[in-house]
Amino acid sequence: MSKHTFSIGGVHPHDSKISRECAIQPLPIAPTVYISVAQHIGAPSVPCVAVGDKVKVGQVIAQPGGFVGAFIHSSVSGTVKSIAPRADLAGRPSTHIEIAVEGDEWLEDIDRSETLVTVIPEDPKAIIEKIRLGGVVGLGGATFPTHVKLSPPPGSKCERVIINGCECEPYLTSDFRTLLEKGEQVVVGAALLQKAMGGVPCTIAIEENKPEAIAHIREVIAKLGYKDMDVMVMKMMYPQGGEKQLIDAVMHRQVGSGALPISVGAVVQNVATALAVYDAVQKNKPIIDNSVTVTGECFPQQANLLVRVGTPLQYIIDFLGGVPEDAAKVISGGPMMGRAVANLQAATVKGTGALLFLTEKQTRRAPESNCIRCGKCADACPMGLEPFLLNKLSKAKDWDACEANAAQDCIECGCCLYSCPAQIPLLDNIRVGKGAVLGAIRARAAAAKAAAEAAKK
Amino acid sequence: MNAFIWTIAVVTVLGLVLALVLYLVAQRFKVEEDPRIDEVEKAMPGANCGGCGFAGCRAFAEAAVKAPNLDNNFCPVGGNDTMAKVAAILGYEVKAKAPMVAVVRCNGTCEARPKVNEYDGYPSCYVKSLLYTGDTGCAYGCLGCGDCVAACQFGALSMDPATGLPVVDQEKCTACGACAKACPKHIIELRPMGPRGMREFVSCVNKDKGPVAKKACANACIGCGICAKTCTHEAITVEGNLAYIDPAKCKLCRECEAMCPTGAIHGVNFPKPLDKDAVKERIKVRQQKAKEAAEAAKAAEAAKATVISSEVEKSKKEATNE
Repeated sequence: MSKHTFSIGGVHPHDSKISRECAIQPLPIAPTVYISVAQHIGAPSVPCVAVGDKVKVGQVIAQPGGFVGAFIHSSVSGTVKSIAPRADLAGRPSTHIEIAVEGDEWLEDIDRSETLVTVIPEDPKAIIEKIRLGGVVGLGGATFPTHVKLSPPPGSKCERVIINGCECEPYLTSDFRTLLEKGEQVVVGAALLQKAMGGVPCTIAIEENKPEAIAHIREVIAKLGYKDMDVMVMKMMYPQGGEKQLIDAVMHRQVGSGALPISVGAVVQNVATALAVYDAVQKNKPIIDNSVTVTGECFPQQANLLVRVGTPLQYIIDFLGGVPEDAAKVISGGPMMGRAVANLQAATVKGTGALLFLTEKQTRRAPESNCIRCGKCADACPMGLEPFLLNKLSKAKDWDACEANAAQDCIECGCCLYSCPAQIPLLDNIRVGKGAVLGAIRARAAAAKAAAEAAKK
Repeated sequence: MNAFIWTIAVVTVLGLVLALVLYLVAQRFKVEEDPRIDEVEKAMPGANCGGCGFAGCRAFAEAAVKAPNLDNNFCPVGGNDTMAKVAAILGYEVKAKAPMVAVVRCNGTCEARPKVNEYDGYPSCYVKSLLYTGDTGCAYGCLGCGDCVAACQFGALSMDPATGLPVVDQEKCTACGACAKACPKHIIELRPMGPRGMREFVSCVNKDKGPVAKKACANACIGCGICAKTCTHEAITVEGNLAYIDPAKCKLCRECEAMCPTGAIHGVNFPKPLDKDAVKERIKVRQQKAKEAAEAAKAAEAAKATVISSEVEKSKKEATNE
């Protein structure tokens, strides 16, 4: 069995998948849900319900605010109580639609049966339109609207669809459980994506630490008999699930700086996204829930839960027995790329994949010492950057030099920080430089656009 | 000995020839520069802080010499004295500007604004602001990592460990504005120093609605608007649940400060401490008088109206009689 991985950098943290045996169980619906209108990359959606309206599960409650945008559906049935700013995971106010739950009444056209629909629609455009109407966004973490990804710009052609089942972040097991329990649906979803991109080959990439999932998906593909679809076993390596890393590992092609994966003929979708695509196209069911891993060594009730979008975190935690006493930090997402949660009253969004509890000992940063020029960060960087240099340039606020050294290509995976023996907060500083460089690039593009328009006139 | 003399002779001649070459080259490629630039630069404080908006004192001098007047060029560090010198060199007129000072518009002390979580990341306000809204309930206030202190070249800022807020030393502050630029929460504002340093300002930038702001911080401006109603000089505006005192209109009467229910309005450098009760009494009496005056005016109006109506009735009666 040959094992594939990406060509440069990467680290190998302990996988700590302690919740791997926990089957996905549905979480009881919270009494009140708060659905954010900014759950995806791009323009926030515009609410299309009013306070006092009765809504059903699956009903559209907000419409996309632009081409890069997504529909947002009610995840519960009940009455709209308010449409007002509310603090999100980082404490920043954003518009949320508050719905008081009454019963669980679904829209009639959603197929709630368990039967597997394996017939693939013939028209790729119809598939993409259904994905758009289902409000599907990339559930791997970036929450980029899927229909935009599936509509390549003219001139570029997709050659391979890659389904990302790496789940290289430690602790997370929701994708693994999805592969095991809903393997058939994921495979049909992959076939739908294949069809949407014009019948190109499809690779489902799974890391070697999930042998059950690999065997199960191979079995399912053989049973359903879709053509040009295979499972690729990946070597365990972080950040294998990064889009550019995965393309490198599977297709041996490198995506250029600032370029999109489609430029090398690849479209990457997460396992959970493939499932959402299946639900949206075959069952008319938009994204109203997603599986969330709740885990951590100090958390006694490990679980993989199917959570309705907009459920307050506090409700999830209370359901599992409350915050453990020795927990010092709650992270939304995995330990490498997740963000610490400052506000447990915040509600889940489509992209919420995990809640991780860490103890004081696991999370407390050691004091920073001097750089010893060991070069471990440069070895670990999967984008081939020089984190020690970018750290210095960011601190000196030399944005031009940051751009020359490709700070904008940083994927914020945290490998540099993980490998640094001097505990230098490399990523914290590089993120500042990256933000400034991206801002400068955007400003330049806007200025160029304005100049071009002025020249036209 | 002969070799020694020859050496000296050759080196001397060589030196003279090269000097001549250098002289001729310097004459040929001379850069014509306005001599006033050097003079202006000498008059500048030489801090190169960038507070004027230019890269340094030399760049300011070049811009000032080129500019048709000095209206848009002002050195906040040197202030009016330096600008008078610059104006004398350039032959321009310059209007004296009121001296400015940096003012910290947050009074969320450790007691008033309890921490709701602990920040363990890189100690920089900017990095912290990129990650989340901060370790207190207030999303607008000071983050307390001291980016402003690091930005100040003049040593005018320091963090007060008791309150967790930056303190401005107004003797050292040159109003260059570096701290205001460094603060990601924009809580530092440049305001006129005021007569004898006396100034009145709203020490809060929280735009949340009253109850939310009050829950996060006991000293927050809750946007109740009492100050704006009290002010007799129309110096206070309340916009987005936040009051702002216009320094150009404020007459330093301190009535708003006495009336503020949360103590968000601060007055500094006043010779006497504020006697809130006396001021409140004064306002009450004034408002009572105004009310009475208004009532009296109303009564007079009403009396006039009855007189008019009775006259109208009289004339009507006369008309019917006829």
